[in-house]
Amino acid sequence: MTMIFGVPLAVFMGQLTLGLVNGAFYALLSLGLAVIFGLLKIVNFAHGAQYMLGAFAALLGFRYLGINYWLALFLVPLVVGAFGVLLERFLLRRIAHLDHLYGLLLTFGLALIFEGTLVNFFGVSGARYATPEILQGGLNLGFMFLPTYRAWVLVAALAMCLFTWFMIERTRLGAYLRAGTENSQLMQAFGVNVPLLITLTYGFGVGLAAFAGVLAAPLYPVSPTMGSSLLIVVFAVVVIGGMGSILGAIITGLAMGIIEGLTKVYYPEASNTVIFLVMILVLMLRPVGLFGKEA
Amino acid sequence: MAESQTMTAPSVVLERQKRAKFRRNMFYLALIVAGLVAPFLAYPVFLMKVLCFALFACAFNLLLGYAGLLSFGHAAFLATGGYVTGYLLASYPGLTPELGIIAGTLLATLLGVVFGVLSIRRQGIYFAMVTLAIAQLVYFMFVQAPFTGGEDGLHGVPRGELFGLISLSSNLAMYYFVFAIFIFGFALIQRTVHSPFGQVLKAIRENEPRAVSLGYNVDAYKLVAFVISAGLAGLAGSTKTVVFQLASLTDAHWHMSGEVILMTLLGGVGTLLGPLMGAGIVVSLQHILAQSPLGNWVSVILGIIFVICVLSFRSGIIGELDKMYRKNFK
Repeated sequence: MTMIFGVPLAVFMGQLTLGLVNGAFYALLSLGLAVIFGLLKIVNFAHGAQYMLGAFAALLGFRYLGINYWLALFLVPLVVGAFGVLLERFLLRRIAHLDHLYGLLLTFGLALIFEGTLVNFFGVSGARYATPEILQGGLNLGFMFLPTYRAWVLVAALAMCLFTWFMIERTRLGAYLRAGTENSQLMQAFGVNVPLLITLTYGFGVGLAAFAGVLAAPLYPVSPTMGSSLLIVVFAVVVIGGMGSILGAIITGLAMGIIEGLTKVYYPEASNTVIFLVMILVLMLRPVGLFGKEA
Repeated sequence: MAESQTMTAPSVVLERQKRAKFRRNMFYLALIVAGLVAPFLAYPVFLMKVLCFALFACAFNLLLGYAGLLSFGHAAFLATGGYVTGYLLASYPGLTPELGIIAGTLLATLLGVVFGVLSIRRQGIYFAMVTLAIAQLVYFMFVQAPFTGGEDGLHGVPRGELFGLISLSSNLAMYYFVFAIFIFGFALIQRTVHSPFGQVLKAIRENEPRAVSLGYNVDAYKLVAFVISAGLAGLAGSTKTVVFQLASLTDAHWHMSGEVILMTLLGGVGTLLGPLMGAGIVVSLQHILAQSPLGNWVSVILGIIFVICVLSFRSGIIGELDKMYRKNFK
């Protein structure tokens, strides 16, 4: 059997795929955070909770309404995104003129409310969401066994990342968004409806989180606390990459997933801390983040 | 108007300041008397819990209220103080509680230096995220470290005898010891805030680039504030461990970092008494809710209070009272 630094190739590749899949989630979530931060200048602390809401919406939609996975993948981001639109319109907008730390605190309070409410109804032990039939099983690639669903998650997450990149960098709406990120007052002076743009952007970011949640539902136990611990890792990823660039967020997310996967192979004790250690290293060497611009 | 302006001669201003100072001292005296009488009116263990969290919140407030730095990782210091003190007191029976508390506080202070050096490299929102992430790192270390008892935590930490002389096993003796520690911490914060150092901190909070241009080494000021705050949070954690004779992962969890923010916000950010009030309210609320049918909804209710505070009550209780007083009586 082929060995890589004393580890069987199949194990190595298996952990690498796991790491890549985790990385895809980091990328999707940090992308959403970056999009929201760009225009609203707030860190959306409810992002983890909204990811969790996405997974729960898929689970409950299937249980009570018979909505299948594919429909959920399309509908849930819209529904949760619409919920995000309401949050922005009625809560976040009221504090938009204040110090941006208040946005962090408000969304933190919202996260506590969402999480706490669902814990009361569903407990903390996770529920299982069945993998759609067509994606069950796996492929034998000769040197490793690749579960189909993981491969699909990777493809879908990357496609969504690319779609977001395309929307922001190549469309007219995206151009507005980028311009608003640079100077929203000037945009407003040019006659663009900036408040509407802000609301839609928040809704889009929340929708991205919900999309990630649906993707995650068959992979991890669906529980009310699934988002919060993930979010803290995503924060570290955001600090490492900097929130300045879309591609930066995607690359950093994937890279951190791979590093985490490899740590699991060679030094499992550190696997849940390695990203924080990388963050500390980056803070010491390049405080603005790998893709960050000097403020 | 101009007439009345000229009326305020220096001596009048001095007189007014003197009176304000006298009023403030009388107020503090009244608070101390209230603190001394309190254990005869309420359950001492409850009061000790309030005092420990009040000290924790005061320490946090020094950073947020006076330096404008929002730390989302203060649970790490509370837990470090608690675990170190708990481990030492449980493993070395000869050790007196005050030495255990000093050791815990020192280690939390050291951790504060590490945290501070790393996190003040970023500002604003990034500062909050960095502190949260490092605190999560500390949390995982406590989960895995051999001396913390993992998920179970440390139990049966002896209260011991203060200075080897006074037994702390009675709640009343313990209360006065905790009260003394709180007064020490509160006085230290009060001194820091009103010192020239505190004035510079406020300047940094209001306008950092300006403070830099005036020649202040802003990073050094922030670091010192961070370290003092971390040390006092550690002191609160150490004391709490001695009182309740246990240290657990709850103290290290990010929920705890959120709770201390809520206490400070609710009482009034940047007011000296706000954190004390906020801690009192939050601890009482948790105590009352735990026994009511709403026991499972504590975190939802705290979240709702958070949202209300941010939306329409940003100065907190003490801040709003202060505003009202200024409007109506001055």
